[in-house]
Amino acid sequence: MQLVMPDTGLLIWMMITFLIVLILLKKFAWKPILTMIKEREDSIDSALKSAERAKEEMRSLQSDNEKILAQARHERDQMMKEARDMKDNIVGEAKGKAKEEADKILASAREAIQNEKMAAITELKNQVALLSVDIAEKILKRELSDENKQRDLIGDLLKDTKLN
Amino acid sequence: MRINSILARIVLFVGAFLVPALGFARYEDEKADSAKSAAEPVKTEKKAEGFNPGEMIIEHISDNHQWHIYGKLAIPLPCIVKTDKGFECFSSGNFRNHETHELQPYEGKNYTYALKEGKIVVWDKVADAENETATKTLLDVSITKNVVTLFIVVGLMFLIFFNVAKTYKKRVGQTTKGMQSVFEPFIMFVRDDIAKTSIGKNYERYMPYLLTVFFFIWISNMLGLVPFFPGGANFTGNITITLALALLTFVITLISAKKNYWRHIFAMPGVPIGVLVILTPIEIFGMFLKPMVLMIRLFANITAGHIIALSFYALIFIFAKGGESMGAGLGVSVASVAFCVFMMFLELLVAFIQAYVFTLLSAIYFGSAVEEHHHEEHSDSPAAVAAH
Repeated sequence: MQLVMPDTGLLIWMMITFLIVLILLKKFAWKPILTMIKEREDSIDSALKSAERAKEEMRSLQSDNEKILAQARHERDQMMKEARDMKDNIVGEAKGKAKEEADKILASAREAIQNEKMAAITELKNQVALLSVDIAEKILKRELSDENKQRDLIGDLLKDTKLN
Repeated sequence: MRINSILARIVLFVGAFLVPALGFARYEDEKADSAKSAAEPVKTEKKAEGFNPGEMIIEHISDNHQWHIYGKLAIPLPCIVKTDKGFECFSSGNFRNHETHELQPYEGKNYTYALKEGKIVVWDKVADAENETATKTLLDVSITKNVVTLFIVVGLMFLIFFNVAKTYKKRVGQTTKGMQSVFEPFIMFVRDDIAKTSIGKNYERYMPYLLTVFFFIWISNMLGLVPFFPGGANFTGNITITLALALLTFVITLISAKKNYWRHIFAMPGVPIGVLVILTPIEIFGMFLKPMVLMIRLFANITAGHIIALSFYALIFIFAKGGESMGAGLGVSVASVAFCVFMMFLELLVAFIQAYVFTLLSAIYFGSAVEEHHHEEHSDSPAAVAAH
């Protein structure tokens, strides 16, 4: 029975001591310990969060980089294309101009040739005419030495000539 | 008788520390050891006319005015008594004759005192009997064995947790170190698994009490398992200690109780009036039953542990029959030591579990007291009470 009977003296000691312990530990142990644990947890939390944020930033930076790279590549391609176009244009234009010039030269050459040819032909014609006249003169001189033959000729000429 | 209790403690000490250390390879040595221990009571037993295990066990688990160390060596503890004539302070060594170590009355300033069944009573010298009317006015606030244990536990707690707190202050933003690493998991355990889950959002208010109770009970339980001087007292197995702890839990529960808590006791929402007539007395009874159960559970568990260990050792002396059948005593001693080693491991577990259960249930009671809306409060408490 004594075993389950609370003892007043011990109860007084226990209550006083335990309450003092509770107050002292609360003030000098539990409060700092719990605050520090909480602070550390918060700092770990925020560190993790900021790391996550940094990762996110890195990822966005990377995608930005890729975007910039793609853009640069695209721009380069465009520039190349433009350059090619420009080259083609220039070459084409140059070709056209050259052809035109060549044509012009050719045309003028042809014209000159034509002119020369015409001049030569005219000259030839004049020479031939002169020669023919000379030949004809000489032939006539010989033929017309005989009277009969003069009459025949005049007759032939008159036959051909139609009076109109 | 007293010597037997000391011997039991020595055997406990030898058993608990030598057997695991030496292992079964040194089986023979151990047998010799036990034989020596068993041989000693032969001389005293004949004088003390038989060994009374019940008396030995009860004496061991009760509070005491002195602290036995070994054999006839005991630390006398200061007695502080208050009678109708005022306070008086003297050493409990006065109750024993220096030569014979027999109990004797002590003639104090106000009264003559004597030890009767371990309690201080006022003694009538002339009649050589207890002065019962004067005893009724006597208040014994002596520094008993349990009070000393209380101081040791408190000292240990201060030593440990001031140190831990200092380390926390010194190592801000760093990893834990030393003692801090040992205790942080337990502090976190109390906070996350006990307080946060049982109380809810206002758990921080109760953290100092829960932490103090948890470590107080755990350290006390562990100290009670140490079979030699600073330990060995049946401290948390003393109903006064558990009463004080349960009382504090009860008072804190009542102080923090909100309207919802009282409504659940006096007028359970959603229950017809006819049923309330039956239910309300049960709820009121339950309100007091909860701390009662807390008190009895811790007391019974720890006391049972001490009784089991002592019973096993008592078996040795019972079988030895005061030296008549040494062989039987020897044989039983081997089994007793083995069982006690097993019990020691079990008690190590119990020491933690009881600290945990007490703290957890306190937290659950606080939780139900501060609960704002009603959800499952009823399924909570009986289940928790039945938990152990």
